[in-house]
Amino acid sequence: MGLGVDVDIATLWAFVIAFAVFVYVVMDGFDLGLGMLFPLFPNKADRNVIMNSVAPVWDGNETWLVLGGGGLFAAFPLAYAVLMPALYTPIIAMLLGLVFRGVAFEFRWRTRRERNRWDVAFAGGSLLATLAQGVALGAILQGVQVEGRAYAGGWWDWLTPFSVLTGVALVIGYSLLGATWLVMKTTGELRERAYRLSWWLLLAMLAALAAVSAATPLLNIEYAYRWLAWPHILFTALVPAAVAGVTALLLRALANRRDYQPFFLSLTLFALAFAGLGISIWPYIVPRSITIWQAAAPENSQLFMLVGVAILVPIILAYTAWAYWVFRGKVDPEAGYH
Amino acid sequence: MFEAFDALILARVQFAFTVSFHIIFPAFSIGLASYLAVLEAMWLATSREVYINLFNYWLKIFAIAFGMGVVSGIVMSYQFGTNWSVFSDKTGPVLGPLMAYEVLTAFFLEAGFLGVMLFGLNRVGPKLHFFATLMVAIGTLMSAFWILSANSWMHTPAGYAVNDAGQFVATDWWALIFNPSFPYRLLHMVLAAYLTTALVVGAVGAYHLLHNQLRTGPRVMFSMAMWMIALVAPLQIIAGDAHGLNTLEHQPAKVMAMEGHFQSHPDGAPLILFGLPDQDAAVVRYALQIPKLSSLILKHDLNAPLAGLDTVPRENWPPVPITFWSFRIMVAIGTLMLALGLASLWLRWRGQLFSARWLHRSAILMGPAGFVAVLAGWITTETGRQPFTVFGLLRTADSVSPLAAPAVGSSLIAFIIVYFAVFIAGTVYILRLMAEPPHHGEQGPRGDLPERAAGITPAPAIASRRLG
Ligand code: HDD
Ligand code: HEM
Ligand code: HEM
Repeated sequence: MGLGVDVDIATLWAFVIAFAVFVYVVMDGFDLGLGMLFPLFPNKADRNVIMNSVAPVWDGNETWLVLGGGGLFAAFPLAYAVLMPALYTPIIAMLLGLVFRGVAFEFRWRTRRERNRWDVAFAGGSLLATLAQGVALGAILQGVQVEGRAYAGGWWDWLTPFSVLTGVALVIGYSLLGATWLVMKTTGELRERAYRLSWWLLLAMLAALAAVSAATPLLNIEYAYRWLAWPHILFTALVPAAVAGVTALLLRALANRRDYQPFFLSLTLFALAFAGLGISIWPYIVPRSITIWQAAAPENSQLFMLVGVAILVPIILAYTAWAYWVFRGKVDPEAGYH
Repeated sequence: MFEAFDALILARVQFAFTVSFHIIFPAFSIGLASYLAVLEAMWLATSREVYINLFNYWLKIFAIAFGMGVVSGIVMSYQFGTNWSVFSDKTGPVLGPLMAYEVLTAFFLEAGFLGVMLFGLNRVGPKLHFFATLMVAIGTLMSAFWILSANSWMHTPAGYAVNDAGQFVATDWWALIFNPSFPYRLLHMVLAAYLTTALVVGAVGAYHLLHNQLRTGPRVMFSMAMWMIALVAPLQIIAGDAHGLNTLEHQPAKVMAMEGHFQSHPDGAPLILFGLPDQDAAVVRYALQIPKLSSLILKHDLNAPLAGLDTVPRENWPPVPITFWSFRIMVAIGTLMLALGLASLWLRWRGQLFSARWLHRSAILMGPAGFVAVLAGWITTETGRQPFTVFGLLRTADSVSPLAAPAVGSSLIAFIIVYFAVFIAGTVYILRLMAEPPHHGEQGPRGDLPERAAGITPAPAIASRRLG
């Protein structure tokens, strides 16, 4: 592909972090999406079902975020040290949002009078966290100012039309994952509404993808070159082509009421968008300032952890899969435990 | 609005505030997870209904406490980068891997099995469910292992070198992980978590015994908690003493601050019980002291010489009054715990464990004492390490992010408002659950909804055990 990928430990780590972030998006995306869709389901019984469809797994989902952040700290400390101050406000906003929606899972069952308040916390926290993640992504893509080994920009650098656009795009994307998750996990009227929502959200998602794709090459000539120059375009053009194909399948699945397909196809859309991001960013970890090799921790630190990752991640994936399996199938609206 | 403060102070206050809130929940959930595992094991072994009732009773409380621990912990893992970016850049290669292992071996384990532990009994059956409970309990202990290793390395760094970029890098992982203060700190903290939980369980049991001495649930939990305190409180004091001796070896200035020893004592240092340390004047005012006792405790010799802060350059002094007082609070509470444990042994022997109201009242008063001791202990340790983040090697002032005071100040205010709002609510819900006694047929965390068997439920097995 002409981008010169040497497989060394730093590269492996870049893939590990990308993997953790992607798994995070796959797993926590839908449950943040459910939070944002909450206001559209005012009925108490529906809300109980929605909550219960993720209650047993949300904590595990969120742990991938800790691995992403912790992995960055460990494997690319310089990038962590530059990006966290650069993204100070969105990160703090995300953390506070996660506080609200995280406690709501248990708090809302412990009070009747204040239940509405925790429902608002759940929805608002999910929205805030998602927006902040999307904005942070945009801010990373547009690049941050670095001097020496430290962030050298201002406190509002992260806020631009582009980062707002990526923030909104992520809100739409996670909502689509949430809606298609509901299609998969619920029955009756709730599922019907989820089907209708999925339609609209899919359209919105395509518009958002198109807008972000159009805006990215405008950010910087290097992104434009990456995507549009010959012969790269032979390869990069595969991404939009695949998006079109997956969209067609998704539309068909929605029309034919295949309850399980829309969710997984939406995830595939996310995977493609993620691959697109990879094409844009590689081999930088702080775009256009710091490459993965410059930011890498010494090899013995990366190696020490890589052993753990190689052994433990498969085990983690296995018991996570088991937990999902235990709570598989449609949520029974009458059962406290699903 | 924040111009009067510098970003460093605000960043320190923010770190201290968020981590102090965080530690309250792990201190409770480490102990409670183990307690739940014990209750479930007893239920499986004896089939007595009281154990599953107690299990479900504490499980509801655990669900709330654990949730608060998770969300406040996620904040911590990003605080290093946002507020201490220079520290992160420099220590990332040594501390990062320890925290990464914490995520891989502990957080995933806890989180992965938590769902089954909370909601899965009817789905997986008692044996597998017990396995999930065990995994959660082990996860909390692993988490303590790694984070305390990382923290201890900052107190007693070992197994490292410094590279060209000014970063700490590992030369010997084993020495780095098992650095000199780590075994002491791990033991002391895990015991602290067990004591904290035992005090809470004991207080809840005592509260319900005050209303009715005959209820089985409160009797069982009160008795279990009193055993725990009677056994662990003395161990904790021994562990704390050993910890202090180890600190004397590696961080003498911290011990001088804890003891209030501004001056050196060539022949036997006094133990200052109370007093008002004055950092500027370098004296302890109104000191109430016992001659030579400090040398006896720290050197096991009445006349051993003991150096004071006058041997340490002033710019390396920790803030003495905070370290001095927080240490006394912890030790005083530790002594009270020992007294409670001994009293319970005495009354148990006399057959009055469930009828002695003064014991129950004392246990209720002591309910929150574990949290206070844990916070006081951490404040002693961390403040005593100042003015360094990595003891002797990296100053706190050189660790901070290139921050603007208004940014840190606003986020600090946001944290304060949100934490108080959220965690007070959670505490109220926990107290409400505790106000009800555990009863016959106690339900788990979703017990307020009708429970119905679904899927592969071994419901009959459970039903018969419940009645057992
Ligand atoms: C002695 C124990 C101890 C100490 C000193 C700390 N923690 Fe903690 N932490 C735990 C013991 C613990 C725990 C018992 O394992 C928790 C509590 C609830 C939970 O889910 O796990 C936890 C949760 C927890 C989580 C959420 C994990 C999840 O998603 O499940 C994070 C990210 C952290 N912690 C990070 C930190 C950091 C960065 C600390 C240092 C500043 C820290 N903890 C101090
Ligand atoms: C969880 C229990 C803990 C509590 C209650 C606690 C408390 C504190 C307090 C009160 C300070 C401020 C000291 C001062 O500025 O005078 C501090 C500083 C610090 N602690 Fe801890 N600590 C805990 C655990 C940890 C752990 C596990 C780590 C790292 C792995 C850590 C890293 C730091 C750092 C980097 C500072 C320096 C920043 C500062 O001075 O505020 N702490 N801690
Ligand atoms: C009377 C008996 C006790 C003694 C002599 C004692 C001694 C100590 C010492 C010397 C330290 C500082 C370690 C350092 O140098 O960094 C410490 C820290 C600490 N103590 Fe205690 N302690 C006692 C009781 C307790 C109790 C009852 C609790 C809680 C239930 C507790 C919880 C802690 C915690 C959480 C820390 C900070 C973590 C650590 O460094 O281990 N201590 N203790």
